[in-house]
Amino acid sequence: MSDRATTEHAVLKSTDDASGVPSHGGRPVWPRPTIDEAPLTKAILVVLAVGFLALFIVLPLIAVFAEAFRRGLDHYLESFADPDTQAAIRLTLMVAAIAVPLNLVFGICAAWAIAKFDFHGKSLLITLIDLPFSVSPVVSGLVFVLLFGAQGLFGKWLAAHDLQIVFAVPGIVLATVFVTFPFVARELIPLMQEQGTSEEEAALTLGASGLRTFLTVTLPNVKWALLYGVLLCNARAMGEFGAVSVVSGHVRGLTNTMPLHVEILYNEYNFVAAFAVASILAGLALLTLMAKSVLEWRYGDALARTRLY
Amino acid sequence: MGKGDEMTIRRTLLQRRHACLFALAIAVGAGLPFAGPTGAQAQDVTLVNVSYDPTRELYRAINDAFAKEWQAKHGQKVTIRASHGGSGRQARAVIDGLDADVVTLALAGDIDAIARESKKLPADWQTRLPNNSSPYTSTIVLLVRKGNPKGIKDWDDLAKPGIQVITPNPKTSGGARWNYLAAWAFELDRSKGDVGKAKDLVGAIYRNVPVLDTGARGSTTTFVQRGLGDVLIAWENEGFLAQQEFGADKFDIVYPSLSILAEPPVSLVDQVVDKRGTRAVAQAYLDFLYTPAAQRIIAANFYRPSKPEHAAPEDLARFQKVKLVTIDEAFGGWTKAQAEHFSDGGVFDQIYKPGTPSR
Repeated sequence: MSDRATTEHAVLKSTDDASGVPSHGGRPVWPRPTIDEAPLTKAILVVLAVGFLALFIVLPLIAVFAEAFRRGLDHYLESFADPDTQAAIRLTLMVAAIAVPLNLVFGICAAWAIAKFDFHGKSLLITLIDLPFSVSPVVSGLVFVLLFGAQGLFGKWLAAHDLQIVFAVPGIVLATVFVTFPFVARELIPLMQEQGTSEEEAALTLGASGLRTFLTVTLPNVKWALLYGVLLCNARAMGEFGAVSVVSGHVRGLTNTMPLHVEILYNEYNFVAAFAVASILAGLALLTLMAKSVLEWRYGDALARTRLY
Repeated sequence: MGKGDEMTIRRTLLQRRHACLFALAIAVGAGLPFAGPTGAQAQDVTLVNVSYDPTRELYRAINDAFAKEWQAKHGQKVTIRASHGGSGRQARAVIDGLDADVVTLALAGDIDAIARESKKLPADWQTRLPNNSSPYTSTIVLLVRKGNPKGIKDWDDLAKPGIQVITPNPKTSGGARWNYLAAWAFELDRSKGDVGKAKDLVGAIYRNVPVLDTGARGSTTTFVQRGLGDVLIAWENEGFLAQQEFGADKFDIVYPSLSILAEPPVSLVDQVVDKRGTRAVAQAYLDFLYTPAAQRIIAANFYRPSKPEHAAPEDLARFQKVKLVTIDEAFGGWTKAQAEHFSDGGVFDQIYKPGTPSR
């Protein structure tokens, strides 16, 4: 005990010596910041970073909106009068409305299992959760065709029961759920691991039911991270192209999502409409980004508070 | 301290309570919706037409005309849903379970594949409608930049060094297979049947290809939009459409000395129409393609009508006379051509060794 205190004191003292304000000949000598680049280097770095951002992110974003509005607001709005475009927007919203809540539930389950319990195969489960990130989306789509396609593993059975999975809405939902699965879980796991189980244990010893413990202790502790994960999940669910393209069948008005519809319109030389639909996707992305920034600000606070315990 | 024991007790407590909830949550989540495709209203009817890449504009016009006629005759509203993509890829989707009432693809070989692998239509499907089930024909032309700066006149010019050729992937695109076979037929004709020379020429052409798109329209956008390449090997109809969309002052169409008669066929998918109860309207839709009204629309969209007498003379005037060989006389039919040239390890695989084709 006393040993440790002495060492700590010594460390404190030595930092004092190094970064304190000793006087040499009466004039204080301020320590140099550890990173002290020449002004020129600093300027070049800033210009590079800003230039890169402008070139690769801001410029394309502006281009999308510029192209969408190139022939004026009337043409822009007219693009959305097309029933196929409306159907694509509806389908995308519907798919997100199914896929995001599913991943919310699955994500919480997975994060909970991993963060609060020890079991065999835990690291395998963590690896599996990351799988959709490491697999090409096209492969993710093909997997479902191989499973549920007419020539696939369950094809005969599905056909016999008149169930259509691929080239219909369920297939699109499945593919979307698959590629967006890691977002919620990945966001929650580190936070829940850090928070540990002590609060839940306290609640349980005080006689709270499992559900009550979850609702009043676990959930409030992770709510901001959860929202953040849901936002990212939603953004990807609406924007997913590769996996959905494989299982969609591209039937306009039936199985065509917004990103697929953008490609179709572009390939039909209908540039204003293509960019108009793209501008909605970009708008959704911007909204997500704004919501994310707000959350980061709040979530940062919440996280700091949890760390005080 | 007995810290380990304490933790075990806590864990067990937690496990018991939370395991129930965990299981419940999974059960809720697993209730995946097994909704079928959106059903149309009782008296309305929907047809799905799975087609190849460049027919987007053609079928939009055809669908409108057919819907009007059907409504007038039967008082029933019919909506035709279209799907477009590389012909081979579309056939694959139908085989894998895409519920198409009718398929209108770039070549008979792709519909043969559907019949063979999925048994959704009979093997003799092509005898059911006039003209080998092809309501129109087309051919393959060369689209070059205005004024033809590289002086491209015929197929052998495409093999010259320094010429960039744009054409889609024969594995996924029907148009691409016609392109390939047209070049092959040209050299076969010129060399009086020397297969080795044909292989050399086609190989040299594909060495000049920087990128293989999956469908004909993808290649067209690569050439006209992204400005890649000196020459696009294209459907005649794609060439005219590009001129119409972007102005005749941007591109020239070059007719080679010999090309191939492309016959894009159509067919019912019997199993699907019987399951969905759409046989009558689907059959009427295909029959409609041979009517004077549809033949006129076909010619106006730059396809060569099978009954030119119904088309507008100014539309017909566009089509140049060119020496055309058929797939049957030059290659012994699609089954043989497909196996020899485009199957795994076939001639195309031998001559095309890419860096990596994108898309």
